Amino acid sequence: MIDSILRYEFLQNAFASGLIIGVIAPLLGVFIVVRRLSLIADALSHVTLAGIAGSLYLSQSIHALGLLNPLYLGITASVTGSLFIERLRRLYKHYEELAIPIIMSAGLVFGAIFIPLAEGFSSDLFSYLFGSVSAVSRQDLWIVVIIALIVVLFLSSFFKELFVLSFDEVYAKASGLPAKWIHVLFMVVTALVIAGSMRIVGILLVSSLITLPVAAAMRISKSFKQAIFFSIVFGELAVIVGLVSAFYLDLAPGGTIVVTSIIILLLTILSKKWRGKGVLSQ
Amino acid sequence: MDIPLIRLDNISYQYEQTKALTDINLTIKEGDFLAIIGPNGSGKSTLLKIILGLLKPTKGEVLLFGKPANQFKEKERIGYVSQKSNAFNTGFPATVEEVVRSGLVKKIGLFHRYPKNVQIEVRQALKSVGMENFAQQNIGDLSGGQQQRVFIARALISNPKVLILDEPTVGVDSKNVRSFYLMLSHLNREHKITIVLVTHDVDAISKSISHVACLNRTIHFHGFKDEMDSMSDEQLEAWYGHAVRKVDHRNEVQV
Repeated sequence: MIDSILRYEFLQNAFASGLIIGVIAPLLGVFIVVRRLSLIADALSHVTLAGIAGSLYLSQSIHALGLLNPLYLGITASVTGSLFIERLRRLYKHYEELAIPIIMSAGLVFGAIFIPLAEGFSSDLFSYLFGSVSAVSRQDLWIVVIIALIVVLFLSSFFKELFVLSFDEVYAKASGLPAKWIHVLFMVVTALVIAGSMRIVGILLVSSLITLPVAAAMRISKSFKQAIFFSIVFGELAVIVGLVSAFYLDLAPGGTIVVTSIIILLLTILSKKWRGKGVLSQ
Repeated sequence: MDIPLIRLDNISYQYEQTKALTDINLTIKEGDFLAIIGPNGSGKSTLLKIILGLLKPTKGEVLLFGKPANQFKEKERIGYVSQKSNAFNTGFPATVEEVVRSGLVKKIGLFHRYPKNVQIEVRQALKSVGMENFAQQNIGDLSGGQQQRVFIARALISNPKVLILDEPTVGVDSKNVRSFYLMLSHLNREHKITIVLVTHDVDAISKSISHVACLNRTIHFHGFKDEMDSMSDEQLEAWYGHAVRKVDHRNEVQV
């Protein structure tokens, strides 16, 4: 396996970007989950797919756009979708969750229009939906590296503000924090992570990598610091086990990563139950 | 003459077509322990939100520490404790220490980290509310009364001059309500913190407070608690919206 990684660039790209995403997706995921925004990842991933399909269609129709990496338009669509979600959440103050199905349907509709229009895209569709070990290019890897740097910069700059906003939004506003702007930035960074994670995990499973490691970590964490630590550990574990098994079993990595995440989640649920019954202490 | 910490001049507020507050004039001086009381829907929480800058009055001016509210930047000088039931998700994975520490967020400012000695400050804040042994507990594992004490510690950690509490005893069992108010009384007397709270517990609070403001869209009475005795039955009825009976137990006033 190590031999193959050293020999083939596509495996290096897949593993390097997988390891980076295994950190940033659950890291941001902790804030997404505690803010009860888990479904936003699903909505934005569908918008990203529409952006990618649109990009492929445009690159075929407009010659000058032929060399454009479809991920760029995917990222643009995702960020635009995140800003629309924010706008809709403010517009429907008392029904904030409405923003998610609205944006998700918009993403699906544009996806349904552009996928048949973009010639040849249907054959790649499976890899976009469930991820692919062989599809990550060196350029995709660099995009993931840049997104990771943005996430680290954002979280290190606004960590304490995000904690307050997540824990008690009214208190955050009463304390004079620029809650609105921090939230908009948070949504944009979330959109970037979703678009960046897509090549490895796939559109349909990207939200799982953001939420499942966090769900498992929350079962065993007593502090916020611990929740972040365990989320990253579980995210990395899922990515490593998932990518290795996808390589050997010739499966889509999105599926194997998410199955590993589900197993980790089940183990944390069971371990808490066993501990509760004193099974582990005996 | 001392500048009042909070001054409201002719404040009115309207939610779309409904008038919530009309011509409110209120002055809160250093050392006051003021209870804002009134029936449901009387505008108590709206008034607090206006003081905190969460709502903009449709008319009038709020002065904080002598400055117009929109020019007042030292928000850490005003501590806020919201209603426990609305405040947070009890499943949130955070320790008491992490929650209390977050009270420094405004004082420290954007792009700065917590200072290295933050644990000492957290311990002192927790000690002042009698919760020093709970620093490593998960916030969701505490009782309602203990959680409210933690939220007061979060407000105290930035050394505020004023503490504003919105119905702080909602969700606190009656056994702990009295000790909760005694703690507030201690903070007011010993730590010289001005306290403003909105409450329904007129009975439980009456021993601790120095001032009362009776609110029902407008202020019907504001003064020393003992002076509330002088309110006539007509004034009481106008304030509460229906006939109320005043019961006087030594220096307690109940309505």
